Amino acid sequence: MEIILTVNGESRVVDVDADTPLLWVLRESLRLTGTKFGCGIAACGACTVHINGTAARSCSIPAAAVQGQAITTIEALGHSGQRHALQEAWIEHQVPQCGYCQSGMLMAAASLLAKTPRPTDQDIDTEITNLCRCGTYERIRRAIHAAALKLSSGDVEANDSAQPAQVRHG
Amino acid sequence: MGKWTRRAVLATGGLVGGGLVLGFSGIAFAPNRIGIRPEDEKDAARLTTWLRIAPDDTITVIVPHCEMGQGVHTSLPMMLAEELDADWDNVRVEEAPAELLYANGYLVRAFVPAVADVPKFMERFIDWGTYRLTRMLDLQVTGGSSSVRGTGFLGMRVAGGAARAMLIEAAAQRWQVPASECDAKRSQVVHAGSGRSATFGELAAEAAKLEPPVHPRLKSYKEYSLVGKPVPRLDIPSKVDGSAQYAIDVDVPGMLYATIAAAPVFGARLGAVDAAAVSAQPGIRKVVQLDDAVAVVADSYWRALKAVRSLIPSFTATDNDAQTSETLAATTARALEAGEAEKVFSSDDATAALGGAGKAIEAEYAVPYLAHASMEPMNATARIAADRCEVWVGVQDPLAARKVAAKAAGMNADDVVIHTHPLGGGFGRRLPGAHDFIDQAVRIARAMAPAPVKLIWSREEDIQHDYYRPAVIGRYKGAIDSSGRPSVWISRFNDVAGAAAHVPYAVPNQDIRSVKVASHVRTGSWRSVEFSQHGFFTESFIDELAHAAGKDPFEFRRDLLEHAPRHRAVLEKAAWIAGWGAEPAPGRARGIALVESFGTIVAEVAEVELVDDRIKVHNVWAAVDCGYVVNPDTALAQIEGGIVFGLSAALFSEITVRNGRVTQSNFNDYPLPKLADAPRVKVEFIHSDAALGGLGEPGVPPIAPAVANAVFALTGKRLRSLPLRVGDSEAAKTA
Repeated sequence: MEIILTVNGESRVVDVDADTPLLWVLRESLRLTGTKFGCGIAACGACTVHINGTAARSCSIPAAAVQGQAITTIEALGHSGQRHALQEAWIEHQVPQCGYCQSGMLMAAASLLAKTPRPTDQDIDTEITNLCRCGTYERIRRAIHAAALKLSSGDVEANDSAQPAQVRHG
Repeated sequence: MGKWTRRAVLATGGLVGGGLVLGFSGIAFAPNRIGIRPEDEKDAARLTTWLRIAPDDTITVIVPHCEMGQGVHTSLPMMLAEELDADWDNVRVEEAPAELLYANGYLVRAFVPAVADVPKFMERFIDWGTYRLTRMLDLQVTGGSSSVRGTGFLGMRVAGGAARAMLIEAAAQRWQVPASECDAKRSQVVHAGSGRSATFGELAAEAAKLEPPVHPRLKSYKEYSLVGKPVPRLDIPSKVDGSAQYAIDVDVPGMLYATIAAAPVFGARLGAVDAAAVSAQPGIRKVVQLDDAVAVVADSYWRALKAVRSLIPSFTATDNDAQTSETLAATTARALEAGEAEKVFSSDDATAALGGAGKAIEAEYAVPYLAHASMEPMNATARIAADRCEVWVGVQDPLAARKVAAKAAGMNADDVVIHTHPLGGGFGRRLPGAHDFIDQAVRIARAMAPAPVKLIWSREEDIQHDYYRPAVIGRYKGAIDSSGRPSVWISRFNDVAGAAAHVPYAVPNQDIRSVKVASHVRTGSWRSVEFSQHGFFTESFIDELAHAAGKDPFEFRRDLLEHAPRHRAVLEKAAWIAGWGAEPAPGRARGIALVESFGTIVAEVAEVELVDDRIKVHNVWAAVDCGYVVNPDTALAQIEGGIVFGLSAALFSEITVRNGRVTQSNFNDYPLPKLADAPRVKVEFIHSDAALGGLGEPGVPPIAPAVANAVFALTGKRLRSLPLRVGDSEAAKTA
């Protein structure tokens, strides 16, 4: 069936089976391969995207169910060619190892900061439930805190990119 | 060792457009001396290009290893750039193609003088009687924690040092001054006397006409200005914006998608498949039957997955259809009782000593099969067209992958091109011997030729068709003499172990033996290989001996390391930074463990608490001696990540077998640590004069025993099997 999705601020028309998960529409129909396949059962979070600014696991959401909603992928986490503060912090703290789970980690972290601008470790541990073999470690917490600090310290550009995805792309 | 001559061939060539290309083929070493001979008739054909310097000053380092998060695409270029005195900002990295030119067989020769230290995957190529290679090597492996200490230490440094000397010589000739008056700095050669300078790029074409030096001067550690400094990894920016192209991300025009269901019981063959049931579904192109699997090819992964799940293929019966974890363990137990035990190490008469000893103890430990569960599921894209086979894949050995693909395609290896990609996790799952997914992808592509096909395994397929970390049972006997020191160490275990089963502590009477036990479950190398099991066994049992002796576990170990000052220093450092001896917070306790693996010694102290019958690891302190550190922040990340990886085995993951097949299927029943489970980790590196050790694996082995020992200190209950579980509640097992 033909469905219309709003992805990274653009309207996209795709022809897929009605039950096709959003993940595979993003990866195969739209060639947005930054969003990763890890488990297919919404357990690992490698496929995390934003739907109306909130983290969601795209492997278990039929694309047809999110028509008309603002979908943001890792490719558009930054803003006008500028990296999101979290992406900068991820580089600063050298967070990724193999890096495969990091798109999902970053999208989950961005969703957390949009709701909770200065999260505690407890908030982070509760909200970031993504799985990894090596990367579920302290550097994630440190980088989130660093980005939160930067975003809340009045840096205009950073504050701008911290707006929920819906506002940026809707 | 003195018999060895170290010979390597450096070869130069011009670069199109005028530049320097430098490489060498093979290395053979005289102890303590790196020398290069300008030619070697036997090895001359195997030119390995390591370095290109272009006229625009761009320096490209070609790395014959895959990047899987260990940072080797940064640390190896650093080692070359250091010797070259290159401007790091102009250094680029390229991964070597899957060519024999880049085979790392020469590494074996490099490792042979340190016999105990040969990475496992290389052992089969060495005739231990003569220390000679048994055949032409064709490995291009990233494994055994060997990249920095092998390719980097022995190869990259030499290429960098030689190129530097040639560039200086070229400048000296151009300026008609003695080379000794010239110096290289930040990609320039300068002549202080006349104030002249030229960039490497300007000199490259002239340098390419010179003979490489026989013995390029290499820097001492004290002279390093780049190595030893934290350098941001070159691959990280692409891993924060989704632009890194893993093999699963490849887009080949006209590509179809496939997924697969292999025989659930290893060894079974495919029986009947009702292909008609799915062939009519929209988008389905073909149902491909392989010997032991059925695949569906479709115009999308989702359609292929739905179709393969609706197929109900039959598989042939096997002798193992009734096997369970319990029957397999019983087989192992019987073999340990009766089987021929092969000696790993023995000294004096341990059994006799046990009879006459003071206080004797016994213990049995067990660890389960484990899946690698790399976050990027197994996948490969293959195309067979125009008498050529192309494969896009992330592997720990592209040359081995090429052979697998050639066989599956029915072609010569020369007609196969492997396009390499960064790996979304390796851990041994993508080593040679475990390339089943490449074989499948090529066979499926053969059925669809000339269309390219991307085969993606479901996570369920990945968990159920791994090459698992072997399940091992270890039986230990030991004794404490009247002075409170261990006098006897006897161990029996299944599977092979080698150096991993050796005891670092001074115990006079030892008898260490392994028993081979066959199983139908496929096994392979799992990050840190046998050290992951034997670190747990050895460091648990020494802890039990300490308790039997009535001594502090740290002091007991330290007193047994007088002969091993590096080990002792590492143990003391870990205890020091952990504040060992000071009382931990109420409800918490600490355990310690020390394991040397891959040339690196690591001690870890874990601090645990029980929260609702679950083990919570709050803090880990680690001390590491790997000689010196090339890229400190990456080295740190390897230890931090290794601890998380090890925690999965210590607390969470287990593969069990029922009806001959793997019970677990996805992350719901094969859990991994989450961020909430991640301890705070403090790591300190000890700079020693020892040879470089590896870092990809050594952080893993000590964590499970450190946690188990901490749980004992807290509860008085000794947990002897992994994953560690306190209490018998179902919640504790699956949480």
